[in-house]
Amino acid sequence: MAELVKKAKAVKVSKTGAESTGSSFDNLELFLLHLPTTLWYLIFCYAPMFGIVISFFDYNVAPGKGFLYSLFVNSSWNGVGNFKFLFESIYFEPMIRNTLVYNSIFIVLGVLIPVTLAIIISELYSKRLAKVCQTAMFLPHFLSWVVIGYFVFAFFSQDAGLVNNIAKSIGVGDPKHNWYNDVGFWKWFLVFLNQWKGMGYGMVVYMASISGIDQEMYEAALIDGASKWQQTRFITIPMLRPIVSIMFIMAIGNIFRSDFGLFYQATRNSGPLTDITQTIDVYVYKALIDKPNINLSAPAALIQSVCGCITIVLANIVVKKIDPEAGLF
Amino acid sequence: MAKQPKAKTATLKYLRVHPVTNVCFSAIFIFLALLCFMPALLVLIVSLSSESSVLSKGYSYFPAEWSLASYKYLLQQSGYIGRAFMNSIGITVIGTLIGLIMCSTMGYSISRSNYRLKGFFTWFIFIPMLFSGGLVASYVINTQILGLKNTYWSLILPMCCSSFYVIIMRTFFQTTVPDAIIESAKIDGARQVRIFLQIVLPISLPSIATIGLFYTFAYWNDWMLAKYYLNTNAQEKFPLQYVLITLENNIQFLTRNSQFLGTDAAADLPSETVRMAMVMVAVIPIACSYPFFQKYFISGLTIGAVKG
Repeated sequence: MAELVKKAKAVKVSKTGAESTGSSFDNLELFLLHLPTTLWYLIFCYAPMFGIVISFFDYNVAPGKGFLYSLFVNSSWNGVGNFKFLFESIYFEPMIRNTLVYNSIFIVLGVLIPVTLAIIISELYSKRLAKVCQTAMFLPHFLSWVVIGYFVFAFFSQDAGLVNNIAKSIGVGDPKHNWYNDVGFWKWFLVFLNQWKGMGYGMVVYMASISGIDQEMYEAALIDGASKWQQTRFITIPMLRPIVSIMFIMAIGNIFRSDFGLFYQATRNSGPLTDITQTIDVYVYKALIDKPNINLSAPAALIQSVCGCITIVLANIVVKKIDPEAGLF
Repeated sequence: MAKQPKAKTATLKYLRVHPVTNVCFSAIFIFLALLCFMPALLVLIVSLSSESSVLSKGYSYFPAEWSLASYKYLLQQSGYIGRAFMNSIGITVIGTLIGLIMCSTMGYSISRSNYRLKGFFTWFIFIPMLFSGGLVASYVINTQILGLKNTYWSLILPMCCSSFYVIIMRTFFQTTVPDAIIESAKIDGARQVRIFLQIVLPISLPSIATIGLFYTFAYWNDWMLAKYYLNTNAQEKFPLQYVLITLENNIQFLTRNSQFLGTDAAADLPSETVRMAMVMVAVIPIACSYPFFQKYFISGLTIGAVKG
């Protein structure tokens, strides 16, 4: 090891400015090293970016022929016709509304709840209790929506669910209540499920930042006579601002991207709930796989990507205006 | 920290919350921890109760009778239900390996300050984080150009690389692998590939393990790709999570149409306790392993949140 360090020093001394970019052979080797990844990006990320042209075609698949044949020979240019048709459909307004309203609620609560919990949990006397609780609260993050869908079913199944069982045994409420038809219940339960799954994750991120705050700042504040609440208000919260703003921008960038698992899988795609669960992703899935109509799903997916891109850039600009250090890029 | 012990406890009193507040806070967290843990416990208990107990009492934390029958039934399953477990393991292992190779090579290359294309490829990685072609364009390209429909690859390739992981890797390599080591290896005549395999990978094993965990959990839990790219013709390729979905749909279909199909149709499907046992098969590997791995997860998350 000492030898390595010596050599490294020797290199630094012998290096001239011209050599510091590395030899061209080096560059070639590094390029070849990541060539497979580059190809993956070209195929799975950049090709679909050009694939969005299908939104402007009246797309017909030619069975047995290639994609380009289907696109340019078998399909006709439709301009913004697909978009017009989508905008006029009765599904358009509810799906945009559901996506934006739910995501706004999720984003606000997704900052408030985990930040509060992280501050509180770091105040607990017993570090062991804090660790155990944090571990238990992290569990939902690691479960898939399919599994959580079964959990929900175990509680709210009409015939055997725990909630109806309890209602039956204590004689309160309707023991045959069909929860999967109850819009009023799911309206709020969707918010609960989202927070339930995400709470542990958010808390862990903010806890890591809180534990990184220099303890001497609190001691200095103490000498100035700051109460516990003032310490939190004037040290902890300001110190959390950069990480909160990064998490916030990332969340805003995804405001047009709804959680398909929550809205489709956890609700068991229940028909009566469609009014509140039909978000952009659910619609795109239905119009792509369930009842294929690519002329409707393609423009919806394109609108989602474009709006997502615009919001993330805007959010970054706004956050940078407020706090120049806090931007994501 | 050369303070008097007495002074220390005195300051501690002001650095801490009030004892009564502490009790309230503890109660809140015990409640939240139970809220997150109890649903999993309910499903576990249902899977361990006897079928007749579930039929008479419904799902309950206190079953009338315990039984391992559902797990025994699962062990004897051949056909697509039995295969699903192996499929999930295979997809998880292969996906994690491919994903790690993809992310670490790219992350390493763009972490080297003397790589001439560093700037270009950093943007190349970053742009897909801002803009993507969307679900439909990806679906059309994957099925019609790449022919991935109903293949195992459709469950692996679309998610085997992610800009987020590449950027985490890059940050790892920048901070844990000093340029000096690489320069000295070069003087000894090592090529970049060898440096990467024999020097960089061994010293960044903890970081590789972290990303490996992210991948393992993501592949194990994935059902979206199967939902998009597999249909009933490829039943032998279903991963565990997707089998759970199909069972759920079949049950719904049968209950909706029971008056036309008769009650016998439901007899072919796994019983309620067996379905809950399958859910536990999907949950238990995760629930038993994440408490030990969570410190790696947390280190990955906090690095990922550092701006790129």
